[in-house]
Amino acid sequence: MSKTKNYMYKSWWKILGVVLLVYTFVAGLLGKVPNLPALEETVRNLYFHVCMWFAMMILFTISVINGIKYLRTFDIRYDIISRQYATTGIVLGLLGYATGAIWMSYTWADPNNPAFQSFGALAREPKLIGTAIALLIYFAYLVLRDSIADMDKRARISAVYNIFAYAMLFPSIWIVPRLLPSLHPGQEGNPAMNFKDIDASMRIVFYPAVIGWTLLAVWITTIKIRIGLLKEKKWQ
Amino acid sequence: MKKFTRTFFFVIPLLLCIGQLAAQGVKNESAIGETMRSSGRIYVVIAVMLTILAGLVIYLVRLDRRMTKLEKE
Repeated sequence: MSKTKNYMYKSWWKILGVVLLVYTFVAGLLGKVPNLPALEETVRNLYFHVCMWFAMMILFTISVINGIKYLRTFDIRYDIISRQYATTGIVLGLLGYATGAIWMSYTWADPNNPAFQSFGALAREPKLIGTAIALLIYFAYLVLRDSIADMDKRARISAVYNIFAYAMLFPSIWIVPRLLPSLHPGQEGNPAMNFKDIDASMRIVFYPAVIGWTLLAVWITTIKIRIGLLKEKKWQ
Repeated sequence: MKKFTRTFFFVIPLLLCIGQLAAQGVKNESAIGETMRSSGRIYVVIAVMLTILAGLVIYLVRLDRRMTKLEKE
C-alpha cells in the first residue's frame, strides 16, 4: 500500500496536469483548426467534451483494477480507492453528457442541418442512449454499495459488480452505437485514436488535453481517497 | 453517502431539461441562439468550458463541505 500512498503525496504530476491544462486552454482556443462547415469553431470542443469521456474511461479502468486488487487481497483500502475513482468517473461522465448536449444543440440540432427534424430525432441517437445506459449502470454501483451496511460484504459485492459494470461500459459506449446509424462522429474506425481522423494541428493539443484532464481528475480523486482513508482510520 | 446518490438522480433529469431547452431555443432563434452562432460558433466552446468549470467547482465545494464536517466530528 505504501506505493499507492506515495503517488498521492507527490506533487510533480499535479503540476504537470495543471501545466497541460493551461496549454489546453491557450492552444485550444488560439491554435489552428481545420475549417469544417458543419462544425466551424465548435470543433475545439474536442479538447473539452471528448476529453471528459476519455478521462472517464481511464478512471473507470483504475477503479476496476483496484476492485480486482481488493478481491485478491481483501484489503479494505483498495475498496476505498476503487469507489472514489468510480465516483469521479461518473462526475466526468455527467460533464461529458452536459457538454455534449450543448455542442449538439448548435450542430446537429441546427435549423440549417438537413438531418435535424425534431428533438425526437436526436433523442434516438444511439450514442446518447448507450452512454446513458453506461452511466446508469455506474449509478447502480453507488446505490448497491450504499444499501449494504456490512463493510466487508459491501466491499466484496461492489468489487464484483464493478467488474460487471466495466464489462458493459465499452459495449454500450463504443460497440453498440457503432452498429447503428448515428450522427455522432467516429462511426467507422477508432475515433480520436486514428491518426488520419484528426488533423495534426489538433492532435498536438488533444493528446496533452486528455492527459491534463485525467491528471486533474486523479488529483481530485486522491483527495477523496485520503478523506476515505482518514475516516477508515478513525473508525478503527 | 445517500445524499450523494440522491443528488445524482436529481442531476440527470436536470441535464435532460437543459438539452431540451437548448434545442427549443434553436427553433425560435432566440437572442442567445444568435449570440451562440456568431463568430463561427466559438461561444459554444466557451459554454462547454464554463459547464466543465462549474461542474468541477460544485463538486469541489461539496468535497470541501464534507471535509469540514469530518474535521468537526
